[in-house]
Amino acid sequence: MWRFIFGRLLQAVPVIFIVITATFFLVRAAPGGPFDAEKAVIPEVKAALERQYRLDLPLHEQYFAYLGDLVQGDLGPSFKYPGRSINELIESGLPVTAELGAYALLIALIIGGLSGILAALRPNTLQDYIPMSMAMIGICMPTFLLGPLLVLFFGIELDWLPVSGWGDIPGDKIMPSITLGAAYAAYVARLSRAGMLEVLSQDYIRTARAKGLPEWQVVIKHGLRGGMLPVVAFLGPAFAGLLAGSFVVETIFQIPGLGRFYVQAAFNRDYTMILGTTVFLSTLIVLFNLLSDIVAAWLNPRLRAQLSE
Amino acid sequence: MSLLSVSDLRVDFNTRNGHTIAVNNIGFSVEKGQITAIIGESGSGKSVACYSLLGLLPQPPASIESGQALFEGQDLLQMSEAELRAIRGRDIAMIFQDPMTCLNPFMTIGDQLIEPLVYHKNLSKKDALARAKELLVEVGIRDPETTINNYPHEFSGGMRQRVMIAMALINEPKLLIADEPTTALDVTIQAQILKLIAELQTKRDIGVIFISHDLAVVADIADQIIVMEKGHLVERGNRETIFRDAQHPYTQKLLAAIPSNTKATSTKPPEPLVQVANLKTYFETPSQTVKAVDDVSFQINKGEILGLVGESGSGKSTIGRSILRLLSITDGTVTFAGTDVTALDKSGLKNMRRRMQMIFQDPYASLNPRMSVYDTLAEPLILHGLESRKTVEQAVLKLMDDVGLARAFIRKYPHEFSGGQRQRIAIGRALATKPDFIVADEPVSALDVTIQAQILDLMLDLGQQYGLTMLFVSHDLAVVRHIADRIIVLYHGKIVEEGSSEALFKNPQQSYTKTLLQSIPGQSLLAS
Repeated sequence: MWRFIFGRLLQAVPVIFIVITATFFLVRAAPGGPFDAEKAVIPEVKAALERQYRLDLPLHEQYFAYLGDLVQGDLGPSFKYPGRSINELIESGLPVTAELGAYALLIALIIGGLSGILAALRPNTLQDYIPMSMAMIGICMPTFLLGPLLVLFFGIELDWLPVSGWGDIPGDKIMPSITLGAAYAAYVARLSRAGMLEVLSQDYIRTARAKGLPEWQVVIKHGLRGGMLPVVAFLGPAFAGLLAGSFVVETIFQIPGLGRFYVQAAFNRDYTMILGTTVFLSTLIVLFNLLSDIVAAWLNPRLRAQLSE
Repeated sequence: MSLLSVSDLRVDFNTRNGHTIAVNNIGFSVEKGQITAIIGESGSGKSVACYSLLGLLPQPPASIESGQALFEGQDLLQMSEAELRAIRGRDIAMIFQDPMTCLNPFMTIGDQLIEPLVYHKNLSKKDALARAKELLVEVGIRDPETTINNYPHEFSGGMRQRVMIAMALINEPKLLIADEPTTALDVTIQAQILKLIAELQTKRDIGVIFISHDLAVVADIADQIIVMEKGHLVERGNRETIFRDAQHPYTQKLLAAIPSNTKATSTKPPEPLVQVANLKTYFETPSQTVKAVDDVSFQINKGEILGLVGESGSGKSTIGRSILRLLSITDGTVTFAGTDVTALDKSGLKNMRRRMQMIFQDPYASLNPRMSVYDTLAEPLILHGLESRKTVEQAVLKLMDDVGLARAFIRKYPHEFSGGQRQRIAIGRALATKPDFIVADEPVSALDVTIQAQILDLMLDLGQQYGLTMLFVSHDLAVVRHIADRIIVLYHGKIVEEGSSEALFKNPQQSYTKTLLQSIPGQSLLAS
């Protein structure tokens, strides 16, 4: 098991290295630079700025200098927020985005998981059709539509919930979390329904019934583990989607999270910011995929046996 | 009073495809301390009848139309789900067919074993585990202290079935229903499990219902035999009457289907077609090298059917696949009609594959579910350029005639056929290229006995018609005896014994061969 984890971490190194390299050169290939503005800057000032940020060096030297800093955990200074480092900016945005993502994931797992299991218990009845139709709508509805709709209805029409902010007014975290989690709840519902249906038709479920166990024990003790495996496998990629999706939600609800930095950085040609957030997020995604594999192995003894070989 | 007495039981199925009567007014009784066997083909209603007693049939589509099932004086069919649940796993326990799928792969066997005890008798986990360990020893599992924490995938098929038996007996039930408990097992393991069930039954003095499609299996253990056909009970009687004096034509057909006769040997001078010399096929895993086939040499003569017999893991299937180069071999040579198969390049191999074909064990898994009969049979013909698009349909129809499939089925898909019909399609696919040599890998072991007999006869007929040479791989000596001219017995990747079918059966030289022969069920009754 440890060998498997260590091996996967080693594999992650070239992946992240390629991400860094590709991002570094792609960003530089785009026209314009961080200090190009409509209002012309005095050449001496621009030269001084470029020297300060090492932009006067040849490209490959910049690249190696960046890698050197990166190895020491330094993501460099921001181009657009003078005097602040990328590390500081990520530290300030991350807790908000992480909290938002965690709530969304929780909503996805609880609502999606429960409705999927309920649907699988009575397939092709109303108990199946209703949650599954809602899941279909959830998958089809984009976040940038669902968010404003929720705001219109619960925020403005009913005036139950605050329409923006994060942690300022009680209840302002509810709508963003639902908006972000809805689509994932829908996926989880469909996956857990399919997984449970598959497992509940297995011979060992019949064995459990033949032992005289009550139905809830059959479902929870014998069905759940196998039925949830597809959901666990989905969690790694889902996490990546949540991070990317958080930008839309953070914009709709005016939330000061990481997602907004990320996209603004691209508009601003904030080279170090783009690189820093990309490196940070890709590392997180690799780690979360590893985590979901570990959980899957923990749930499935056959997989565990394969991995420890 | 009988332990269980069933009368007028009728079970119907209402599905989109129509209404069927699965069990049609049957009645039987099971006595304490006796084994009652229910025999019939798949679809005869034997399992449905038993599952309906315990409320284990999904309703709908099933519905119990009428009947009474008195178990110790109480009618099982009138009980509520909660009352039935209290009986299931406590007074009536079950063992199922396939031990590979009937144990939960996500739980240790200890956790699964103690469930009935903890649930029905409110035992503490510790006491229940102690009891489970005792029972594991009783069903012949060594070292229960460690094995109890193992998962099902760490056991062989036979061991898993022992665990299932322990699980069924853990609450000391009064009635045990065993649904084809040995069908998925090797013949030697089957003999062990049958012996175990009979021993435990006598020791505990319980009633057993033993469901099987194979009369031979129950020949040694059953007290009463009930024969079912298409939902009807067609014959019942004690063991001797059924085997010596069967009245109903269906029972006679079942008896006739038990392969017992030895094939007549041909008198033609042998002319080798396939020569295998010092074949070694090893599999590398990170921790060890598995010598699946370890230095095996033999030859197959033209027009001959060579039986290759051994248990699971003996390397018999690996030999078949190695000859066809479906696996890469470690060392040795395979010569086919003078050509070294191991040295062929890609195009040479394609040519050779036309002349060497394979029939696989599981006709459910080996046919592409998205290809119709026509697609399946036409593909090899077109691939090898044997027929043009225009003439291929005629060739396909001819093949269907040969393997005994009605021409009307040409556009149907595999799921629309029964197991026997699917195996006919698979045989047709193998014959399509008019091969000289066929490797048949357990072609009948997934089929009911009556269907087995039909497929074996078909293979014999086609063998003569097409002038085929065949390597027939099987774990079942009785089947091999019926079809093979010569037999090779394999054990742990090595040849143990080789000889003509007749000589091997009359006078086996090696102790392993003797064990195999003794494991064939129902010999005592069939011999007489």
